[in-house]
Amino acid sequence: MTAAMQSTAMPTAEQHGFRPHSDGPIIPVQTRSERFRSVNVEDFAPVTGREHEWKLSPVAAFADLTGGELDGARLPIETADAPGVDVSWIARDDARIGRAGTPEERASANAWSSFGEALFVSVTGEEEKIAAITRSGLGTTPRAAHTVIEAAPNSRGLVVLRGAGEARLTENVEIVVGEGASLTVVSLQEWDDDAVHLASHFARLGRDSFLKHIVVSLGGKVVRVNPSTHLAEQGSDVEALGLYFADAGQHLEQQVYVHHDAPHTRSRVTYKGALQGDGARSVWIGDVLIGNAAAGTDSYEQNRNLVLTDGTRADSVPNLEIETGDIEGAGHASATGRFDDEQLFYLMARGISEGEARRLVVRGFLTEIVQKIGSPDLEARLTAALEAELEGR
Amino acid sequence: MSVLEIKNLHVNVETDQGTREILRGVDLVINEGEIHAIMGPNGSGKSTLAYTIAGHPKYQVVQGEILLDGENVLEMSVDERARAGLFLAMQYPVEIPGVTVTNFLRTAKTAIDGEAPSIRGWVKDVRESMSNLKMDPAFAERNVNEGFSGGEKKRNEILQLELLKPKFAVLDETDSGLDVDALKIVSEGVNRAKANTGLGILLITHYTRILRYITPDFVHVFVAGKIAEQGGRELADRLEEEGYDRYQVAEAAAAE
Ligand SMILES: Nc1ncnc2c1ncn2[C@@H]1O[C@H](COP(=O)(O)OP(=O)(O)O)[C@@H](O)[C@H]1O
Ligand SMILES: [Mg+2]
Repeated sequence: MTAAMQSTAMPTAEQHGFRPHSDGPIIPVQTRSERFRSVNVEDFAPVTGREHEWKLSPVAAFADLTGGELDGARLPIETADAPGVDVSWIARDDARIGRAGTPEERASANAWSSFGEALFVSVTGEEEKIAAITRSGLGTTPRAAHTVIEAAPNSRGLVVLRGAGEARLTENVEIVVGEGASLTVVSLQEWDDDAVHLASHFARLGRDSFLKHIVVSLGGKVVRVNPSTHLAEQGSDVEALGLYFADAGQHLEQQVYVHHDAPHTRSRVTYKGALQGDGARSVWIGDVLIGNAAAGTDSYEQNRNLVLTDGTRADSVPNLEIETGDIEGAGHASATGRFDDEQLFYLMARGISEGEARRLVVRGFLTEIVQKIGSPDLEARLTAALEAELEGR
Repeated sequence: MSVLEIKNLHVNVETDQGTREILRGVDLVINEGEIHAIMGPNGSGKSTLAYTIAGHPKYQVVQGEILLDGENVLEMSVDERARAGLFLAMQYPVEIPGVTVTNFLRTAKTAIDGEAPSIRGWVKDVRESMSNLKMDPAFAERNVNEGFSGGEKKRNEILQLELLKPKFAVLDETDSGLDVDALKIVSEGVNRAKANTGLGILLITHYTRILRYITPDFVHVFVAGKIAEQGGRELADRLEEEGYDRYQVAEAAAAE
């Protein structure tokens, strides 16, 4: 058999040139639940870049955010609200702040120590609704922000938190999902080319609640969005999705943490990214901790990267810790593969131009995530944005 | 009247061990409406010929010409060749994750015709062709070739042949891996396409079995990168009985 034929005869995973490495590399640095936490920046040593939570990040590019003084004034926001979604500013000593999580690294703690007021987004009512909050015009001053999104018990809704324009921002986003609620949060990064954005999301899920959390990173020089989900009550369920497209010189990172901490909780983590151009860089770290209390856990996490050109680097590190023997399922997968020239040939042999063939393949790869967002408008907008990325716009 | 001409075609491929000469002077003329069977042992270069006609970048033409109605095919990109009327049904069709058969077919049809097909007629054509090929309508919403069995992949190739209506089709071992029922269905599809559009066909096969269902006008025996003998369909019957040994012996002798 010829080499060309072998590559066309293979099943999908290898066809992409994917290197599945479901059995490792697992690097348990320490038990995730024992990681140091504090809201006070002074409790963390200055960042050197050697710390496990920073070692894959370009720390010199944002020393101002991890170490310097931050402007904690209100961010300029624009809201497209919906009945049942209220947006207001609350004082930093408000009791609604600090319920979903605590910073585990210095940029997050610096934001927490520095923000003035927090943006409070309250979702109530059982009807489906979509609200969007855009932060833009942030300028180049290093800033801190804090947001609390709360879904009342049994409420439903989708909240888009979008960033555009210039920014040097470090922030914390708390997501409190009440009992029986079903909430979608989309964090959409469409920053300008020079922007730096470091975010920690902390979600706490109530009994039988569902959170769909989606991180979409397209624009910005360095974008690091780290979502943690605490499945704190029985029957809670998280679907954590991510989509990124790293261009030349862009660093897009996500450290995803799911803590199963109650019986019969479920998590699905799916992050997919494409990399194109010199120095395009992505980092995905997926930590799943299945604690003692989490009997009957059902968990699966995966990350897939599609490499479109030379000169890119994708780090992909799944990490699973299991403290109880009584689980329903736990798995992980991670794969990085090159754009497959045989696919291109097949499509072109049917008359489809090279540009269009590439678009079809990349769109096909990423569409799984786009289709799960649940807002047709946003899906259409993202499809267009991805096509623009592909054309290097 | 369309004609596909292959003249003194020499093709190399780069391997880890260096350059390898695979096609060593192939001459072939196929007129519209003709069926030419190319039969030969494994490794004789049949797929190389097919891929070279389609323009696969791995195969370097070092000498010779391919002309479609006098136009230089070798100067065309892969997609231009398809739009000019060439079609390759691949021996190993490629999986395209995330791209549905429906979307793929419509995109290809639009590219080949230069305009989108009228929606109503197109949907009907697709449905009819799928039903003729005994493909479950559910295939339309599945990703191209993903999780298809070998037989389903071949049917999907013939579906494209029927819908894209090329002037010339190269069928590379479309029969391999098919059971008798599937072989009949696929052969009927090829015959139907020919009856409808009068295309010319280069039917590459290792076995004579498919020639019971698709009747060739010419048979070419392909050995060691070139045509060793040509004849009518009676040549296929002879190959059925004698195999390729005769040619390989001659080849080995010639090489000494
Ligand atoms: N892409 C390739 N790389 C290396 N060798 C190849 C390649 N394609 C074909 N060959 C070699 O060329 C010869 C002919 O192959 P092929 O055209 O596939 O023959 P057939 O289809 O008749 O079985 C074989 O020896 C094969 O190993
Ligand atoms: Mg072959």
